[in-house]
Parts: sequence; C-alpha cells; structure tokens
Amino acid sequence: MEGNHEKARVRLCYLCNQRRAALKRPKTLEQICRECFYEVFEEEIHQVIVKNQLFKPGERIAIGASGGKDSTVLAYVLSELNRRHNYGLDLFLLSVDEGITGYRDDSLETVKRNELQYGLPLKIVSYKDLYGWTMDEIVKTIGLKNNCTFCGVFRRQALDRGAALLKVDKLVTGHNADDIAETVLLNILRGDIARLSRCTSITTGEDGPIPRCKPFKYTYEKEIVMYAYFKRLDYFSTECIYSPNAYRGFAREFIKDLERMRPRAILDIIKSGEDFRISTSTKMPEQGICERCGYISSQKWCKACVLLEGLNKGLPKLGIGRSRGLDNNHRKDVKQINGTKNIEGKQCGSLDF
Amino acid sequence: MQLTLEFGGGLELLCDSVKIHDVNVIPNLEADKLTMKDLLVWVRTNVIKERPEMFMKDDSVRPGVLVLVNDCDWELSGQLDTPLEEKDVVVFISTLHGG
Repeated sequence: MEGNHEKARVRLCYLCNQRRAALKRPKTLEQICRECFYEVFEEEIHQVIVKNQLFKPGERIAIGASGGKDSTVLAYVLSELNRRHNYGLDLFLLSVDEGITGYRDDSLETVKRNELQYGLPLKIVSYKDLYGWTMDEIVKTIGLKNNCTFCGVFRRQALDRGAALLKVDKLVTGHNADDIAETVLLNILRGDIARLSRCTSITTGEDGPIPRCKPFKYTYEKEIVMYAYFKRLDYFSTECIYSPNAYRGFAREFIKDLERMRPRAILDIIKSGEDFRISTSTKMPEQGICERCGYISSQKWCKACVLLEGLNKGLPKLGIGRSRGLDNNHRKDVKQINGTKNIEGKQCGSLDF
Repeated sequence: MQLTLEFGGGLELLCDSVKIHDVNVIPNLEADKLTMKDLLVWVRTNVIKERPEMFMKDDSVRPGVLVLVNDCDWELSGQLDTPLEEKDVVVFISTLHGG
C-alpha cells in the first residue's frame, strides 16, 4: 500500500513497536503488525503441539484436507513448523471425495494445488469406492432430509480408512476454537453428554486405530482467515450445496455475536466444556466393534453399515434418528409421541467430533 | 470517490462471483466525508445481488465477516466510523463458509 493513503492515525504494533499494526487479536485484544502476527500465531500452535505432546518424532501424520481455510492453513503451518522445529514428521494430505458435483470436485482441485505448493503427498478416498454411493446419488434417493447424517457418518469412517491406507499414526484436523465452542453449545443443546465430554479433548480416539488431534483447538477463526489472507494462501470457500444446517447455523451465529461483544467468550466456552464433570449415573455408551465391517461401534453394527443397509435395501430411513441401545427406548418413545424431529449428532459437512 | 472493493471467503457469491470491484461512490452531499458506515449501505444497495443478510446485520457487517481497509483490520481504525479516502482498498472476507 502506498503511503499516500495511509490513515492519519497510524497505530504501531504492540509487540515490536516499529511497524504499523495490521490486526487486533481476538484472544488478547493486542494490536499487532503482520510480521509479529505470523510469529505469535505460529509459535502458539507450536506451544500447543509441544505442551500436549501431539506428535512423536518419526510419526506419519495425515492432515484431513478439505481445501477450505482451516485445513489449508493447518497444512501450511504444520509443514512450516515441522521444518523449523525438526518434529521429524512425515506429513500427508488426506481428502474425502463425497461425490458432490460443483462443490467437492472444485475444492479437491484446491487440495491438488496444495499438494504441489506444500510438497505433501495427497491421498483421496471416495464415498463411491468405499460405499458404492456418491452423495449426489444418495441425495437423489433420500432427498435433502438427513443427507448430512449420511455424509457425516461416512466421512468419519472414510478419514479413518484413508488414514489406514496411508499407514499413518495420527490424523490431524483443522477444527478451530470457534468450531469447538460451537460444538460444546450444540452438545449441551442436544443433551449429548457423551459427545460433550469428548468434544473439547485435543486428542481423541487414542484407544482406537487412529487417534485424531486438533492443533487449532485454541486458534481463533478470525486469525486463521487473517493468516490465510495476508499470506495469500489458496483456499476454497463455498458452502456445501446440500447443507441447510439450520441448527448448527444458529449456534454459529450466536457464537459470533458473543465474540463481537467479548472475544474471550470463545475460549471461555471451551473452558466450560473442559471443566464439566460427567456424573457417574449418566450411562455412557460402551465401545465395541461392528459385527459387519469391524469398525469401532457401540452397537451391533456401526452407523455407516446401518445407513448403507438402508440405502441398499431402499429403506433410507433406517438408522436415522437416535438409538443408543435399549436403555434409550423410553426416550425414543417420548420423542415419537411428541413428534419431535430428531437431530442426529453430526449435521455439518466439515465438522465431526 | 474511487474505491476498490474485494470480496472473499465466499462473499463473492453474493455479487455474481466477482471478487474485485472498482467502484465510484458519491458521498452524501450533506456529509463531506465518507465512512465505512456509509459504504456498507452503498455496497448493500449497489453491489450485493443476493442474500444481503449474509453480508450485513443491522447497520454493520454480519458477525463473522472480516473487514480490512488498506490491508488493516477495521477494528483498529474505528470500524463503522473508519473514514475512507480516494483509492482506498476495502476487503470483506467471510469466515463463515466451509472449513
């Protein structure tokens, strides 16, 4: 920017006191310049990685890459930190092709460019290959109701299966602080105690085949987008064409309203989520293995197998709605009597916990 | 007043998928200067083609939309009160799309 149209009131960076401040950090309200921002942004993520011992030297790590802002910044920052601090990690990009024309095919082009830009090998797994159905075909069959349930359940497994194919030790995802605060609220709104206790963990699934972790757990969405903008990172930003997502949308908007009034609210909600104690009388689902495909499941069949069975038999309603073992029959009856619409756990395209 | 407007993060979809708009904004006659508050109203009327509620809420941008004036976060320059000058570059980025 030429000096001739700089604003009269130029504020200097709170950290270096030399350069012009370029943004206000939501976390600290400090006004800092671009260069100092890159430094603190990257350093904080490094500290989160070190403090939580997210990685061990020599590990193979898959980055769940959608082509969107969060995973693009994650891939960029992680390869940078891996070099700078000698993590000794082998990094891979892992993408899921849900088979959504005009959405995922475009965003996968972004991931393919990231593969070249960051020099990270890319693996794409598709719903068509794994399940025999694309999301386009599923929507043609079941319409625009519950399609996000199919997509969410299938994506979770697809990432695990892709990670197994890559023989990685861990999967990292780009979930940021705003996402996690939003999920805490949603799990409270749904009374989903099992997910509420899990959703703030920085690492999950340590007992399963492939643990997942979220290096951006404390990173504000605003800073991720600012970072991507200042660094001119190449990301894709289109809403999924099948995702109405009203319930999550309200929660998101509420979080953003709170953030505007008091940016710390986001970290405080995460803190509240972390500090909840689950009472011992709350029945938690027991983890077992799907009798059909061997994937982790708390039921006889995993959710993906139940949904697929429904699709393949022309009974797409099968597996829709909540059923958590016999103990929940009572609750299910109440719901049916009231005629309430069930809101199943994983509604949103890019988010699952 | 000649300004360059840039829409990103999915906001470009609200204006025919065009990201960069070179515009000429005529300031209100009574006021001698143009502020971001005035510009938002002008943009909603003249640039946004659909779903204006994705861009604005009340008299400001929708929470979750980032604004930069000459590559500087508008939270540093007074948000709605930020004065605009000839050839300023104003960037709007949505953080609400995709992940």
